[in-house]
Amino acid sequence: MQLDLDRVSLHFGGVTALSEVSIQVKKGEIFAIIGPNGAGKTSLLNCISGLYRPSSGRIVFEGKDITHMSTHQRPLLGIARSFQNIELFSHMTVLENLMLGRHIKMKSGIVSGGLYWGKAQREEVMHREVVEDIIDFLEIENIRRKKVGTLAYGLQKRVELGRALALEPSLLLLDEPMAGMNSEEKEDMARFILDIAEEKGTTIILIEHDMGVVMDISDRVAVLDFGRKIAEGSPEEIQCNPKVIEAYLGEQVS
Amino acid sequence: MTFFLQLVVTGLVVGAVYAMVALGFVLIYKSSDVINFAQGELLLVGAYTCWTLVAVYHVPFLLAMAVSICVSLFLGIAIERMVLRSFINEPVISVIMATLGLSSAMRGILQVIWSTDTKTFPEIFPSAPVIIGPIAVSRVYLYSLFISLAMLVIFSLFFKYSNMGIAMRATADDQQAALSMGISVKVIFAATWAIAAVVAGIGGILLGNINGVNPSLSHIGLTVLPVAILGGLDSIPGAILGGLFIGVLESLSGGYLDPLLGGGVKEVAPFVVLVLILMIRPYGLFGQEIIERV
Repeated sequence: MQLDLDRVSLHFGGVTALSEVSIQVKKGEIFAIIGPNGAGKTSLLNCISGLYRPSSGRIVFEGKDITHMSTHQRPLLGIARSFQNIELFSHMTVLENLMLGRHIKMKSGIVSGGLYWGKAQREEVMHREVVEDIIDFLEIENIRRKKVGTLAYGLQKRVELGRALALEPSLLLLDEPMAGMNSEEKEDMARFILDIAEEKGTTIILIEHDMGVVMDISDRVAVLDFGRKIAEGSPEEIQCNPKVIEAYLGEQVS
Repeated sequence: MTFFLQLVVTGLVVGAVYAMVALGFVLIYKSSDVINFAQGELLLVGAYTCWTLVAVYHVPFLLAMAVSICVSLFLGIAIERMVLRSFINEPVISVIMATLGLSSAMRGILQVIWSTDTKTFPEIFPSAPVIIGPIAVSRVYLYSLFISLAMLVIFSLFFKYSNMGIAMRATADDQQAALSMGISVKVIFAATWAIAAVVAGIGGILLGNINGVNPSLSHIGLTVLPVAILGGLDSIPGAILGGLFIGVLESLSGGYLDPLLGGGVKEVAPFVVLVLILMIRPYGLFGQEIIERV
C-alpha cells in the first residue's frame, strides 16, 4: 500500500467533517473519491496534503507516518496537489509557476543562484528541461510566457496540474480537476490523468462530480456521505451499490 | 539654479534612504497584507545600536554597522516569532493594531535606554564636501546615496533571482499554493521581517549620521507610508521611485515654500501629493489592480 489512512477523523468544534475514514491506495492506481456536497471529500484531501491535521487516526505514506508532518515537507516526499478553486501564483507567468514546482529541488545558494554561475546554471537548465517536458505533455507551449491571471479558466486548471507535476510526485491529489469545464476540456483532462498514471506510474487520488468521467477512468472508487465512508470498490460495484444510490437519490419510498 | 540643484541632490539622497526603508514596508505588506506601523522604531534600533557602539565603545564604524545589522536581523525575527506568529489566522486589522502597539512599546523602551536627547555620531566621513559642477555635496550624503542604491539593487536582484526571493513572491501571491509547493510560509514570514528590520536599521544609521539620532527619527516610519502607498503598496520598483520622488518633493518644498509660509510645508507636502495621486490612481503609481472575476 502506498497510502494508508487508518480511521481518520476530523472535527471542527462540534462539527464532524470526517469520522473514522479508512482507505488504502495502491501504487499507480487512479482512486476516485465521490460523494454529495459537504460529504468531506476535500477535508480528506486536505488531511493527506497537510492543510488539516486529523483529530484522530493515522496517515501512512510509503511506510512513513505523516499524520503530524508539516504541510511544506510533504511535497518533498512526493505528494503534490491541485485545488478546487484554482490557487495559482497569478502574477507570474506559466513558466514561472511551473518552475516554482522545482523550487524545493533546487540546491544552489543565493550567491551562485543570483550570479547564475556554473552549477547553478546547469541546475537551472536541468529543471527547465523537466518543466518543458511537462509543458509539452499538457500542450500549453503557446501560453508559457503569459501571466497566469490572464488565462481562461480551463487553461488555468491545466497549468495548476502542470505545477503539481513539476514536483514529480509519486502521489497526485486532484480536487475536482474538471469542475466548470466543457465536455471537450473534460476529455482532454481525462486523457492527461490517464497518461500521467500510465506513463509516469503516478498514483492519483481525485475528487470529481462528473460520474461519467469517474466511472470511465478510475480503478477504484470510495464514496463518502456525511463524513463517513459508505462504500468502496470498482466503478461497476459502486454503480449498483444500494447505499450509494440512496446517498445520491434519497431513500426509496416503499 | 545652484540652489535648485542643491535641493534636488539633497532630496535624492534622503529619497534613496526612504526608498530603502519603504522596501521593508512593501515586503511585509506583500507577503502578509499587514501594514507595519513599527517600521519607524526599527529605524531607531539600528541607529541607536550603531551610535552606542561607535560613540561609547569606540568600535570602528563599519564593524559597528555590521553588528547593528545583525541586531536588527534578530530583532526582526524575534518580533515575527513572538508577536506576529500568535496572530496567524486572525484578521489583518488585528495584526496592524499589534504593530501599532509594538511601535509604542518599542519607543517607550528606547527612550528609557537612550533618553530623548539627540545623539550625534562622531565624524565618520570626512567633512570636506565633494564639488560636482556648481554644487557642493557633503560626503556623508554621497555615501548614504551609494549605500542605499546598492541595497536597492541587491534586494531587487534577490527578489527576482534567488530561491528565497522567488519563494517570497510566491507566498505573497498565494500562501496555500506556496505550502503545497513545499515552501515553508513560517520561514518566509521570518525572513520578511528580518529584511524589513535590516533595511530600516541601515536607513536609521545613515539618517542618524546626517541629522543625529533622537526619537523623532521614527517619524520617518510615517513619511515612508506615503512613499509606499504612492508607488503602490505591493510594488518594489514603485517604492524606489516613490522614495526618490517624495525625497525631492520634501527638499524642494522645504527650500522654496517653507521660508514663504513660515515652515512646516516640508512635512505636509508628501501627504498632499499622496491624496492627489490616490484620487487619480487608487492603486498607487505601480500597484497591481486587483480585478475580481465573478
